Amino acid sequence: MDSAFVIETIIKILIVLGLFSALAGFGTYVERKVLAFMQRRLGPMHVGPYGLLQVLADGIKLFTKEDFIPQGAVRPIFMIAPVITAATAFIAMAAIPMFPEFTIKGYTVKPIISDINVGLLFVLGVMATGLYGPLLAGMASQNKWSILGAARTAIQFLSYEVVTGLSVLAPVMIVGSLSLIDFNNYQAGGVSEWLIWKQPLAFVLFLIAGFAETNRTPFDLLEHEAEVISGYATEYSGMRWGMFFIGEYANMFTLGFLASLIFLGGFNDLWFIPGAIAILMKVFFIFFFFLWTRASWPHVRPDQLMWLCWKVLMPLGVINVVITGIVMMF
Amino acid sequence: MVEAVAFYLFAALTIAMFVITVMSKNALYAMSSLAAGMIFISAFFFLLDADFLGVVQIIVYSGAVMALYAFGMMFFDTTKDVKEKNPSKKIVFFLSGMIALLLVVILLTPIISDKVQALYPMSDEIGNTEAVGIVLFTKYLVPFEVAAIMLLVAMIAGIILASKRMDESITLKIDQEIEKEQKGTE
Repeated sequence: MDSAFVIETIIKILIVLGLFSALAGFGTYVERKVLAFMQRRLGPMHVGPYGLLQVLADGIKLFTKEDFIPQGAVRPIFMIAPVITAATAFIAMAAIPMFPEFTIKGYTVKPIISDINVGLLFVLGVMATGLYGPLLAGMASQNKWSILGAARTAIQFLSYEVVTGLSVLAPVMIVGSLSLIDFNNYQAGGVSEWLIWKQPLAFVLFLIAGFAETNRTPFDLLEHEAEVISGYATEYSGMRWGMFFIGEYANMFTLGFLASLIFLGGFNDLWFIPGAIAILMKVFFIFFFFLWTRASWPHVRPDQLMWLCWKVLMPLGVINVVITGIVMMF
Repeated sequence: MVEAVAFYLFAALTIAMFVITVMSKNALYAMSSLAAGMIFISAFFFLLDADFLGVVQIIVYSGAVMALYAFGMMFFDTTKDVKEKNPSKKIVFFLSGMIALLLVVILLTPIISDKVQALYPMSDEIGNTEAVGIVLFTKYLVPFEVAAIMLLVAMIAGIILASKRMDESITLKIDQEIEKEQKGTE
C-alpha cells in the first residue's frame, strides 16, 4: 500500500470528522434560529452577534458538566451507547462521494474516503446500526422513561427499515449499480435527467423514512419530552448527551447527501453553478426542509407511525418497485 | 501484512464477543455482544473483497438482533442478572467434547485444502453484487425459490396468528372500556 494513499485517507478522515462535528454544532444554532423565525420569535440573541457564539457557549457547558452515571445502570453499556450513535454517523460518511474530483498541484483528489462498489447499501446499513445507541442507552439506564424510549427505538427501527430499502430499490434498478458515484454519473445530463422525475414516489418515501431514521419531528418518538420526559436520554448529561446530538445532526447531513446524490443530481454542475456548490445547496435545502417540517407538523403517536410505515408506505413502495420492473422490461 | 493483522484482530474480537454472549448472565450484555460479534464478522467479508455480503451481514443481523432486544425487553429486567437453572453435567460434558472435536476437524481441514476449489471464483469483470445475483438465479435457483416460498408461508402464518383482533387499537381505547372487557371475559 503506498504511503501517499494512507496519508491522503487520514487527512480526509480528519477533515470529515472535524468539519461535520463543527457543522453538527452549528446545525443546532441554525435549527433554533429557523424555528424561532417561523414562530415569530428571535431565538438565541445574547451570546455574540445574533447569538452566533451560542454554539460555543453550549459546547463549554456540555464539556464541563459532570459526567453522571446512575447507580442502577449497566455501566459499560451505558457509557458506550452514545459513542455508537456518534461513531456510526461518521463511519457512514466514509462511503459518500461529497464533491466532484479536483486536482491540487497535479495530484487528483477524490473526495470520498473509501470507494466501495456497494456504497449505498453500506451507508444505509451503518446509519441503521446507529439506532443501537438509543436502544442500548434506554435499556441500560434502569429508568422507566428510558426503557419506553428504547422500546420505541425498536419499533421505529423495524418499521422504517423496510420503507427505506424498498424506496431505494427502484432507483437502484434503473441505474443498475449500488455505487453512489454511478448514481451521480447517471444524472450527469442536467436537471431533466434527475431521478426525482422518474421516481417521485420513491423520493417521497425515502424522505419520510429519513425523518424516522434521523429521529426528527414528526417521528421523534424516542425522546418526545411531552410523553416520555426525554426518552432514552433521560439519564444522560454532559458530553455523553451531546454525542447523541452530534450523531443525530451528522445523520441529517448524511441523509441530505444521500437524497441529493440519489434523486437530485448529485454533484453535477447545475446550469452555471459548479458541482461542489450545487450539492452543498441541495444538502442545506434538505437540512432546512427538516427544520421546516419540524416547525409545521405535530409529532405522531407510535401506533400511527407503525400504521403509516406498514400499511401505507410499504405497499406503496412494493407497487413502485413492481411498476418500475414492468416498465423496464417492456 | 495489513490483511493478516486485521484478520487476527477481528478473529479475536469476534471470539471474545461470542464468548461473552454465551458466558454472561446479564441479558443486555449477551445481546449487545451478540450484535457486536455479528458486525465484526462482516469484517471478514470485507477482507475477502466480498463487499456486498459484508454489508448484507451488517444490515440483516443488526435488524434481527434488534428484534431479539425487543423480546429481551419484554421477558427480562435487562439490568439484572438472570438466574439460570443448573443444567445436568452430562449435557455440558457432551457439548464441550463435541466442540473440541469440531475444533480439531476445523484445524485439520487445511491439510486437504489443496483439493478444495472455488466453483465460482471472483472476477474483476463483473461486480460483487452481479456475481451473487448470477449464482442465485442459475445454480441455486431452486433453493432460492423454495426459501422464498417458506418465508411467504411463515409470513402468512404470522399474520393469521396475530390477526384475530387486528382492527382494535389499544391506544385509542379508554381505560374503562378495557376494564369492562376484562370483567366480561372473567
